Amino acid sequence: MTFRIGPRTSQIIAYITLLVMTAITVIVLFFIIFYILKNGIGQLTLEFLTDRTRDMGREGGILPSILGTLFITIFAILIATPLGVGSAVYLVEYTKGGFIRRIISFGADCLAGVPSIIFGLFGFIFFVITMNLGWSILSGGLTLAVMILPTIIRTSEEAIKAVPYTYREISYSLGGGKLDTIVRVVLPSALPGILTGVILGIGRAVGETAAVIFTAGSSLGLPTSIFSSTRTLAVHFYILAREGISMPKAYGTAAVLIIIILAINFIAYRLMHRFIARYY
Amino acid sequence: MNKLSIRELSLYYEKHQALKKISLDVESNEILAVIGPASSGKSSLLRAINRLYEIDYARITGEILLDDKNIFDIPISELRRRIGLIFATPVVLPGSVYKNIAYGPKLHRRLKKSELDELVCDALKAGNLWDEVADRLDDSASRLSGGQQQRLCIARTLAMQPEVIMMDEPCSGLDPISTAKIEATMLELKKDYTFILVTNNTKQAARISDRTAFLYLGELIELDKTQKLFTSPADMKTDDYIRGRFG
Repeated sequence: MTFRIGPRTSQIIAYITLLVMTAITVIVLFFIIFYILKNGIGQLTLEFLTDRTRDMGREGGILPSILGTLFITIFAILIATPLGVGSAVYLVEYTKGGFIRRIISFGADCLAGVPSIIFGLFGFIFFVITMNLGWSILSGGLTLAVMILPTIIRTSEEAIKAVPYTYREISYSLGGGKLDTIVRVVLPSALPGILTGVILGIGRAVGETAAVIFTAGSSLGLPTSIFSSTRTLAVHFYILAREGISMPKAYGTAAVLIIIILAINFIAYRLMHRFIARYY
Repeated sequence: MNKLSIRELSLYYEKHQALKKISLDVESNEILAVIGPASSGKSSLLRAINRLYEIDYARITGEILLDDKNIFDIPISELRRRIGLIFATPVVLPGSVYKNIAYGPKLHRRLKKSELDELVCDALKAGNLWDEVADRLDDSASRLSGGQQQRLCIARTLAMQPEVIMMDEPCSGLDPISTAKIEATMLELKKDYTFILVTNNTKQAARISDRTAFLYLGELIELDKTQKLFTSPADMKTDDYIRGRFG
């Protein structure tokens, strides 16, 4: 005896299954945010945000870590963005989609899948020891730049490939050279896509622990130059929680980290929409 | 006087030969219509003249002269400034109406803001678009209607002060009113420019061109005064095509 499900029933089952899947994703996200904020929001005072860290993090604020996180992330983005966008432009506009492009794309994909602790070890051996940069914002930023490079290359590559070929034809037919075309037509059109890659990169860099603990160290002093060792928010949270120093301060740190990431995403999306509204 | 002279022009995409030893002259201040069925080489002819075929990795043999000078002896950006090309589908660049027009001139020379403003205004007036967009110069060009976008593309080409304007089926996606506006624009501009008009619409060729060339499978079958070609063509194939028996 065969048991059949009618087309109407299967539609309903599919609808409910997909709805539940979406709901689970959203609920998990909101639960994490809610849980961290609930435990950490009580810690968020002006003093916590603007004071130096004292007694290994049991007392005082997290200003050094906020600054360290910002400096390392900005440094990583400043290095990785031009490199990544430049590589993507080269791949799309200057290689005829052949062997070289496939090899480099494959390499970038592999690099994107390497665990961050491997990048941390690489950065430790190469930047910290071999190049003698020590535990510093410089070493940490360079390591993170290498880590987020593949993301930026791949998203920029897709964004540049998506620019209609006719735009290039128009530019050439108006007498534009290759560089004019890339700078004035292709890149502005691809900018929203490129920005998405940069935002993803920022997200990875801000929240990174393993890659920076080996390269930027865990100093609690206020950073004074790019050669200062520093402790990022994620590392600070990790140490506070792992060594049982202070759970309330750990949640406070996590809350700040989450708020920063949300704020970056929010601002980036606003910028992107404003840009799109103006140009399309 | 001949504005353009084309001698024994052949064009190849990889192994496929799209143009076969075409020789023709384009006179100054005429509208030369190029008609023919699909894949007869009409677009390839235009892309050969402004060297746009190079981005398709095609190659050509033969000779093209602009004012008796070989096009390969003219710097490529100068050549493309002097010979404008309008595509079948109007493609506006992302950005405002003003930016679209200003893009070409800014590539070729440094201009003061006031000069550029004047140039944009003149180009839009010559392209019969000024009255409709005068107060929308900073609006995104993609919000214009299809017909307006095509006239914007014409104005964008005019802003470069070209000598020859090539059009590749400029009205194929447009309604009759927009088409009429573009045809009127061409007739007005004829005194200052030379036109090569590729069209699938034989009636359009008959309406506005001075001479008409008929291409078929990459060969030039016939080139004559439009009046003559449409009333008593010399070649049977031409006769069949303009009567709609094939193509």
